[in-house]
Amino acid sequence: MAAAGGRTLGRSSFSRATSNQVASSSGATGVKLGPNGAAFVSSGIPDLDRILGGGFLLGSVVMIMEDADAPHHLLLLRCFMAQGVVHKQPLLFSGPMKEPRLFLGTLPAPVSSSKEDGRHSRGMGAGASSDRRANEEGLRIAWQYKKYFGDEKTYGVEHNDNKQEFSNDFDLRKPLERHLLNSQNIECVSTQDANTLSDLQDRCSAFLSKLPRKDGGTSTAGRIAIQSLCAPQCAYFEKDWNMVSFIRSLKAMVRSSGSVAVITFPSAVLSNSFCKRWQHLADTLLSIKAIPDEDKDLAKLLTGYQDMVGFLHVHKVAQPNSQVPVILEASTLSLKLRKRRSLMLERLIQAPVDGSSGPSSAASGSCTSSHGSQLDF
Amino acid sequence: MEEYGGGDLLTEAMGSAARVVVIEDCVEAPGAFVLHLLLKRALAGGGEAAFLALAQPFSHYDRVLRKMGCNLSLHRRNGRLHFFDLQAFSGGARESPIADSFVQLYSEIQRAVEANKIGENEGQVTIVVDDISLLEVVAHGSVDDVLDFLHYCFTLTSEMDCSLVILIHEDIYAGEENMDLLLHLRYFADLVVKAAPLSTGLAADVHGQLSVVNKGTFHKQSAKSQKVWNFHFKVKENGADFFYPGSRQ
Repeated sequence: MAAAGGRTLGRSSFSRATSNQVASSSGATGVKLGPNGAAFVSSGIPDLDRILGGGFLLGSVVMIMEDADAPHHLLLLRCFMAQGVVHKQPLLFSGPMKEPRLFLGTLPAPVSSSKEDGRHSRGMGAGASSDRRANEEGLRIAWQYKKYFGDEKTYGVEHNDNKQEFSNDFDLRKPLERHLLNSQNIECVSTQDANTLSDLQDRCSAFLSKLPRKDGGTSTAGRIAIQSLCAPQCAYFEKDWNMVSFIRSLKAMVRSSGSVAVITFPSAVLSNSFCKRWQHLADTLLSIKAIPDEDKDLAKLLTGYQDMVGFLHVHKVAQPNSQVPVILEASTLSLKLRKRRSLMLERLIQAPVDGSSGPSSAASGSCTSSHGSQLDF
Repeated sequence: MEEYGGGDLLTEAMGSAARVVVIEDCVEAPGAFVLHLLLKRALAGGGEAAFLALAQPFSHYDRVLRKMGCNLSLHRRNGRLHFFDLQAFSGGARESPIADSFVQLYSEIQRAVEANKIGENEGQVTIVVDDISLLEVVAHGSVDDVLDFLHYCFTLTSEMDCSLVILIHEDIYAGEENMDLLLHLRYFADLVVKAAPLSTGLAADVHGQLSVVNKGTFHKQSAKSQKVWNFHFKVKENGADFFYPGSRQ
């Protein structure tokens, strides 16, 4: 408890002043204004919002490259959709399944913020290297320091007022309440049996044109979530050019209506050149990699490996009305389940490698370093 | 050290008389900033520009160029910038084949260029395409149609004394089987500017590396001058810094 008190104190004096000034709230629910005339909606994961500089940019297309083996992209997609439902924003979901409406039943419910305590305890989860803990105490504190620093920044922004939070934490084990789903304007489209994408395109344009306009000319932020757009079970699979031109026209529609579209796609089934085309079309590009359950080398290398479910890689961040690319402190982040419930993202914290070959920078690619650690000199 | 608009490494490397400039980039290192610089330069010299915008809406370019000291809205009103908003451009309708749409687009560009020729305006017209790979998407993968269109635009450079600036995403064409468009463009080009990420990964101070290949077909005096340039760049809101590796102040 003393630690928690100290943290609040530290936050008040050391937190960046910009985060609150930039995050001035606008009239619409769940929309936050940023610099350069940007407006953001939350991705449903507070950490991801922070990393992307405020959230998903309104008028942009976010693409998530799926992992070939594990459905971790669904976690991101569910949080994104659930956040929209909580904010009562119109939602269009499309997926390669018979009954896409059933997917809505898997959306997580928000955690009430009062329950969030005991966060400080999870830092000690590094059981794998406990035998070395004693003689490397000083070093350990040094390289774990970043983790606590990250915490402070994360939780500085979102507890402004309880009524209209910009982003919620979601409890992945608790389903969203039924009445929220039924009362909303949620549309679902199945892409499984569609021969062409023109149907989906029509639905999207109808959905976007229906968004209620506000008097300032801006409309309510709509959310479009498309799961596995190029899945092989769709009948339009193979029609590569159709899919690319669909994304292009969706991008134009989203841009003009001020909504957000999130598309996940299994990049492995696309040819190389089309995969690049898709990536170029994305305004914000993320990819997700699952990690194996029992990887001893990784467990030794990374703290908090037990809670990790995968890595999130940020390839591209949407930058409205500017030519300067966003350079993040770290582009590979670990995706963790806090107390098996809510998602959080953290910079990788690498344990010092045996023989201490130089400083362990937290930012570098995890895969290469994990191979590197196997080498004995 | 570097001044904007002149005297920087990119200007030096580009020389003076490049008719066709091809900018190549990839996902990791977007090269749109070179396009912005060239557009600004084209308009600043008293010339006109025809801008085929497939990637971004006008508001985006307007804001970006304004921070660089170039008011696109004003140029557009004065008729010096012909902006073609092609974000929603689609020629794939059943009744009219894509070739017709391209012919129509070309005739609009031609009209703009000819109008400049007749008027008192002395300046050159620059045709800017952002980016050509999206034109291929519009054509539903029919490379021939895109190449036809490009060829027509190319003839304007000799007939009407235009110059051409084209952005292409080079990594799309990395495979063996679909290199047509890239190879043709490289052949047409007097100057190839290629943006690539640093091999050492992301850095806050250096955003990537530019290689400029100057074929120098048009000016004799530069026969001795350097053909290939490599330097680093950092993109800023009001322009970009260019510097040799390690020589940054």
